[in-house]
Amino acid sequence: MIVFRRSRRSTRAAIVMTKRAFAGLCLIPLAILVAAFFVLPLARLVATGASGELGIKAYAAILLNERYRTTLTNTVLLAAATTIATLAIATVTGLFLQRHKFPGRALVVAMLTFPLAFPGVVVGFMIILLAGRQGLIGEATLRLFGDKEVFAYSMGGLFLGYLYFSIPRVILTIMAAVEKLDPSLEEAARALGAGPWAVYRDVVLPGLNPAFIASGAIAFATAMGAFGTAFTLATDVAVLPMLIYTEFTLSANFAVAAALSVGLGLVTWAILALARTYGGATVAAAG
Amino acid sequence: MRAHGVALRLESCGKTFADGTRALEPVTLDVARGETLVLLGPSGCGKTTLLRLIAGLETPDTCGRILFNNADVTAVPIERRNVGMVFQSYALFPNMNVAENIGYGLKIRGTPESERKARIAELLALTGIEGLEHRRVDQLSGGQRQRVALARAVAAQPSVLLLDEPLTALDAALRERLRGELNRLLRTLGITAIYVTHDQSEAMALGDRIAVMRNGAIAQIGTPRDIYFAPASRFVAEFVGAANIVEAQCKAGALTLPGGTLRVVNGAESGIVLAMIRPESINVVAADGAAFAGLVDSVSFVGDRQRALVSGAAKNPITVDVPHSIPLKAGDRIGLAIDPAAIRLLPREGA
Amino acid sequence: MRDRAIFAGQLIFTLLVAAFLIVPALLSMLAGVTANYFRGIRSGLTLQWVLQVWELYSDTIFRSFLIAFAALAVTLVVGVPAAYALHIRNDRLSRAVEEIITLPLAIPGLAIALALILTYGGFAGFRGSWLFILAGHAVFTLPFMVRAVLAVFATIDIKTLDEGAASLGAAPWRRFRDVIVPNARPGILAGSLMVVTLSLGEFNLTWMLSTPLTKTLPVGLADSYASMRLEVASAYTLVFFVMIIPLLIAMQIFAGTRGSAVGAAR
Repeated sequence: MIVFRRSRRSTRAAIVMTKRAFAGLCLIPLAILVAAFFVLPLARLVATGASGELGIKAYAAILLNERYRTTLTNTVLLAAATTIATLAIATVTGLFLQRHKFPGRALVVAMLTFPLAFPGVVVGFMIILLAGRQGLIGEATLRLFGDKEVFAYSMGGLFLGYLYFSIPRVILTIMAAVEKLDPSLEEAARALGAGPWAVYRDVVLPGLNPAFIASGAIAFATAMGAFGTAFTLATDVAVLPMLIYTEFTLSANFAVAAALSVGLGLVTWAILALARTYGGATVAAAG
Repeated sequence: MRAHGVALRLESCGKTFADGTRALEPVTLDVARGETLVLLGPSGCGKTTLLRLIAGLETPDTCGRILFNNADVTAVPIERRNVGMVFQSYALFPNMNVAENIGYGLKIRGTPESERKARIAELLALTGIEGLEHRRVDQLSGGQRQRVALARAVAAQPSVLLLDEPLTALDAALRERLRGELNRLLRTLGITAIYVTHDQSEAMALGDRIAVMRNGAIAQIGTPRDIYFAPASRFVAEFVGAANIVEAQCKAGALTLPGGTLRVVNGAESGIVLAMIRPESINVVAADGAAFAGLVDSVSFVGDRQRALVSGAAKNPITVDVPHSIPLKAGDRIGLAIDPAAIRLLPREGA
Repeated sequence: MRDRAIFAGQLIFTLLVAAFLIVPALLSMLAGVTANYFRGIRSGLTLQWVLQVWELYSDTIFRSFLIAFAALAVTLVVGVPAAYALHIRNDRLSRAVEEIITLPLAIPGLAIALALILTYGGFAGFRGSWLFILAGHAVFTLPFMVRAVLAVFATIDIKTLDEGAASLGAAPWRRFRDVIVPNARPGILAGSLMVVTLSLGEFNLTWMLSTPLTKTLPVGLADSYASMRLEVASAYTLVFFVMIIPLLIAMQIFAGTRGSAVGAAR
């Protein structure tokens, strides 16, 4: 395929052909890697999910079995609560930071985005330091109210942990979107008599809608699949990833674990596909 | 048509931005009720800054005052100044349809819905876009968007209408057509209007008066005819239409040039002067016996006329507009007859 | 004035949120060098915990670096040529390939790990070595490298450069080496930083893929959070921060204001 032809007319054709051949060659290592360590294993996972005693009906069992359904419901509720809270917090802080310059602003932005690369386990540890048995909040409430508040290992602590890793990511997206807002729209609204709250309600927030959808979807998908945080906070098996983990390692229930994983993967992928139609190709759960 | 809107007065309004740029030198300006004043100038001359000061989007430097009908509105923010503003990019709200955009100002003021609907219908008819009420903004063409922006700005009966280069974003053919419609609309509404543009033909077609601006100051303000036929400086002369600027020795009401002599009307002064002659006010006559003559360098076809470059008449080649009835070619020797009233003497300095 | 009150309110809220995020991190760094966390800083500063971490967990630190750089090597060799191919071809197959390699980002790491174990768990040698973890990391970090290089290709019109080199007689491999790769350097650098950072911090995949003999740093962290005293866990976390923060800063400086949403936290 890598042939040089001397004649002029076919030199272009020769170059194009060899270029395509070279391009094909370049894709081979990728094809091998991805096929061997991703596509094949995924196929195996789907098959395993259907290999248990229930067969293919194991997939439906996710919704029918009460324990699984409760876990799924908890996970969805937690992810939804995290998403809403994160969007609200990120919007208030993002708008404020993007639109006001004050000394130390760069530092505050750095502080808010610094936890971006923390693995879930570290986030869990952060929550323990805040709300665990020797945590800051516990010490503070002990001094103020004489009663030590320890909630790191409850749903509340888990929620806090999820907030901890969602906020940095969403703030960055929101701030980027705020920067791209067209100022003349707000000026036009003000010229028509709209006060500051009306401008937010009618122009700014609608203008940020695509960013809300895109980053909200990422936050939701990430929260659904989060494992490290729940693992560290050793909460009762209240979220789906933990359930999958215990089914696999403790109960050796491979089929169920596989089925649950496939289900979780499908839901996460679907949500992100939705976000991509609004947010563009740079969207991913990044983990 | 009865005049609407307010009489506008700016007193010593200048603007220096936070980073130190002086966008506008202190300006004092009066605009009569119902008048359309055009702010004309190249980019960076301060015309948009001046418009934004009137709007209330910027505040003038200390000592500057803005008065609407003699009431001081300098400290009043734009939300309460009741101005109608048309932005260069139209700034239509993408989350609202056409009717909602137009009715927004009325909604903010708490106008009851039935009244709003009636007014919106009235405006749709006025701007010629009936039937588009429910369209979303991204489904509109450039011309339609411009009309919606206009309708929205006038819906709530503003005191003054401010237009920031509203036709610049459109292609040439559309611009011509909409210019006529805009003119008719402004006459019909009779509202006080401030119109910013860098296009001199637009300025002359739309303005009751034109303020030609440069480097943050008004170079000349007057009616289109004043500006065109009696420019106060070389800059204004060259900005508004084509102009031949020639240097000549003036004595006893006549200019002496390489190509001969020209009589002028206000030739009281003696010495070297700068004279402006518009290409269309030069008539081509026979070279023999002409007081002022030159040699044709080149002739170009401009559609409705010919444009000839004539050398030898003045220090630099002169542009002459010639009707097709007079055939010309390069190398012809021609005489140039100019009505003394059409020759305007300008102040010597480069401005 | 009302505006002042609103500004103050927003400022305080923002600072509270920032504090929520930063304070525990600072606290953990401090705890790592405090003699006794319970008694606080009065008990004195010490490096004993850090030394203890080194004794107990130095192998995890080495292994994490080993895997991170191995993953980098793999993604470079596999990802850079692939990005070139995808950019040149620009057809439906390329779109499909891009979708497929980005899939690992949409599927929870836990699921991918399970899939790998079910498929290759039987090969005891492979299963028990660090290469197993590498496989997972390579698949997971690959899309970041590919996308970073593709992004650079899009901005510098690599096609024209390629054709220019070809018209001068250079064969495809020469062109790749002399023209394509050098011009893709910013993308390769950005991608490399991301790959290393993500690999060092990866947990969800790694927890399942690792064995007691092939632990990485995050895996060790999880261990220490569960079983070690707070000071040791904090010191270990401090070591992790020291490793990861320079990389984060390098990425920030490199990316400038281009907001590429990267993160490994789950």
